[in-house]
Amino acid sequence: MITCTARSGFFAAILVIACLSFAHDSRAAVTDDPVLLMGILDQFEWRDTSGDNTLSWDGQGWLGKDLRKLWFKTQGERVGGRTEDAELQFLYSKAIARYWDFQIGVRHDFEPSPSRTWAAIGVQGLAPYFFETDIAFFIGKSGRTALRIESVYELLITQRLILSPEIEINFFGKNDANVGVGSGLSDAEIGLRLRYEIRREFAPYIGVNWSKTFGNTADFARLNGEDISDVQLVIGLRAWF
Amino acid sequence: MNEKRRIVSAYESALVSRRSFVTGAAAGGALLGLGLSTNPSFAAAFTRQSVPTLRGSSFDIDIGYKTVNFTGRERPATAFNGSVPGPILRWREGERVTLRVTNHLAHDSSIHWHGMILDASMDGVPGISFDGIKPGETFIYQFDVRQNGTFWYHSHSDFQEQTGLYGAIVIDPAGPDPVSYDRDYVVLLSDWSDEKPERIYSKLKKQSDYYNFRNRTAGDFFRDVAEKGFSQTRKDRAMWNQMRMSDRDLADVTGYTYTFLMNGATPDDGWLGLFKRGEKIRLRFINGSAMTIYDVRIPGLKMTVVAADGQNIEPVTIDEFRIAVAETYDVIVEPSADSAYTIFAQSIDRTGYARGILSPDAEWTAAVPKVDPPPLLGHRDMGMGGMSGMDHDIGGMSGMSDMDHDMSGMSGMSGMDHSKHDMSKMSGMQEVVRKGGQMPAPAGFGSQREITHVATEFGPHVDMLAATPQDGLSDPGIGLRDNQRLYNRRVLTYADIRNLERTRDLRDPEREIELHLTGNMSRYMWSVNGIKFKDAELLRLSYGERVRIHLVNDTMMTHPIHLHGMWSELETGEPEYLPRKHTVIVQPGSRISYLLTADAMGGWAFHCHLLYHMPGMFREVRVT
Repeated sequence: MITCTARSGFFAAILVIACLSFAHDSRAAVTDDPVLLMGILDQFEWRDTSGDNTLSWDGQGWLGKDLRKLWFKTQGERVGGRTEDAELQFLYSKAIARYWDFQIGVRHDFEPSPSRTWAAIGVQGLAPYFFETDIAFFIGKSGRTALRIESVYELLITQRLILSPEIEINFFGKNDANVGVGSGLSDAEIGLRLRYEIRREFAPYIGVNWSKTFGNTADFARLNGEDISDVQLVIGLRAWF
Repeated sequence: MNEKRRIVSAYESALVSRRSFVTGAAAGGALLGLGLSTNPSFAAAFTRQSVPTLRGSSFDIDIGYKTVNFTGRERPATAFNGSVPGPILRWREGERVTLRVTNHLAHDSSIHWHGMILDASMDGVPGISFDGIKPGETFIYQFDVRQNGTFWYHSHSDFQEQTGLYGAIVIDPAGPDPVSYDRDYVVLLSDWSDEKPERIYSKLKKQSDYYNFRNRTAGDFFRDVAEKGFSQTRKDRAMWNQMRMSDRDLADVTGYTYTFLMNGATPDDGWLGLFKRGEKIRLRFINGSAMTIYDVRIPGLKMTVVAADGQNIEPVTIDEFRIAVAETYDVIVEPSADSAYTIFAQSIDRTGYARGILSPDAEWTAAVPKVDPPPLLGHRDMGMGGMSGMDHDIGGMSGMSDMDHDMSGMSGMSGMDHSKHDMSKMSGMQEVVRKGGQMPAPAGFGSQREITHVATEFGPHVDMLAATPQDGLSDPGIGLRDNQRLYNRRVLTYADIRNLERTRDLRDPEREIELHLTGNMSRYMWSVNGIKFKDAELLRLSYGERVRIHLVNDTMMTHPIHLHGMWSELETGEPEYLPRKHTVIVQPGSRISYLLTADAMGGWAFHCHLLYHMPGMFREVRVT
């Protein structure tokens, strides 16, 4: 119930921000910069694990104009029909360089329980050599901090067959035993996905995903009887509009 | 060389197999010539004209919806008098024309008379010339026709050019025509997409290479390594990788979504122009595309270019020419009566072509050449090139605009065609610059100033600044530069164009305006000097003044820049015969200068004619 109220408050706030940001746009004779909406489901995949089946997602989207956007990001995992991880970010995004956007907003981890809310600040963009990169720093209650680095590369085998290696690394400032994360380098994931773009917007893929927990996080995992490292075959869909 | 081939048989079966009876243009039948001219009995023999011709001085034009089928699927288009392209308007120089234009669309519309010299209130640009034509309303355009030649008209509202609102204007001269011909045809090139233009635009904003299926692949990398070795490949790729740009970004919108049209006929159908033995044919090429720059040739025929942008020029015989969006070229061909010929217009990125057939017999057709391999962009197109052999040393280029250089140093500049330039005048010019400091260089030779990138060019909205842009005058353009060597095809360049009539205003420019074409490809934003139209101030000119416009292209795209209401007189090095253009190609990473006389009061649009660049890369010029 409390979560529910928190959620609706969250969405209401975002809507208000959206209206304020774009209400002033008067329609010039020629609109070079219309308000657009984009949604990208980068990963929506089934992971082959030794235990229960895992469904994992990672998506983002934006509403806005060339240089200023409202951005949302979400990622999570359902294992055996239970949501184990679910996170949502709402960010204000402003272009600060040719290929880089500065982003600031909030992140809410719905799962694992208890939920956690963070302030988020980061940069997202295209690094030299075409690495799509997202670096974000998070500040939570009780002095909790976190850092996440994500980077993806797209290697074209053909114009439609695309191999995309990617990496995600998470660090935390202090232990948070309730949700099973420890300070320092906490976990890393390395994926390699091969997709086929039937259309630009619609691409099924297969791949492998290697994940590992480190340090205190690994200790928490061991205590809970979880694996600290796993290699999974994945099959999924990438789509956007 | 002479690959005349006669393929008599295939044509009829091709006719039958044609997907439905396509097109607004060819509503219902064989795609036959739009015999503009002369011999009625001959024209009658071949029945239905595909694009209607309207003659006279008083016209009713309806802007409405029309269902077309260019791809096998029915799609809504917008059309002038129910025809895509719109009817050919045939006027006579010296007459006063009246055009009652009624808008039956659900949106505002307009007609701009492209290349016409007329009163600002008749120019048809909503927000500048007038308020546009509201749904259900009629606007009466009326003006004196004070010029002759090949022009065109199109909507200047939203993205309506993409959905079919374009047509040809042919104006017969009041006096004798310096060009003699027996028959003339309009060859109107355009591009059609089944997608809505707003959708194309939003896709480009979301993924700027959405339509590019020629990106570099792993295979290209390994091929390069095999050819050049790893370290050279790595070196070659480094700049592109660091700049996060593609050397294969030749067109924003490609054959992936476009069907390329010639007089409204698809490449499969092919437009057919008939001729008789011994005839001299004048082909009036118009590029009415939204985004497609075409390279045109007629295998087996030399083309003699007699007019550019509706202005007579000293005839120049070539094998191939690039026609950017909104440009027009008139060429004379003299085909042999025992062969059919293909008019082949390939898109700049080589993802397709528009096709027509010139034939003495409707049963004949001609072989269709393969499109050329797609070119790669180079240092020069990034504005980092220059004098041959100096590509490696960008720093050394900064001396280019230093006027104390002797002429031997200058001569390498931009590969100008020296024979065309009067060197003694050039050295005289040096004196002026040295003494006069910021005085503009004399008329005819272009700007000699060092370019500057103004503060508004810096920021997330601009992804490239040309460090050492070359003069684009003698550049045939990306993909055509080696055609003489590779294929023995002579390609027209602006340096080849010499106006037939003497330059009317021989004054030197009083001032020089430097404008940079800017953008961020991946964000799909376009601007002038880094400022988009919505935020830009007026570009003010004083009535009667002679001004130099110095355009610098800080992008890797080829931009056709159109100034309304006044001629852009290209500085080709021959001040007395400057070609008068309404649309000027600014080559990637290059610069070019033209002169204009501010002889038309009022507000005039100045913009890139690529439809999806236009909303941002646009200025209003105000002459007071």
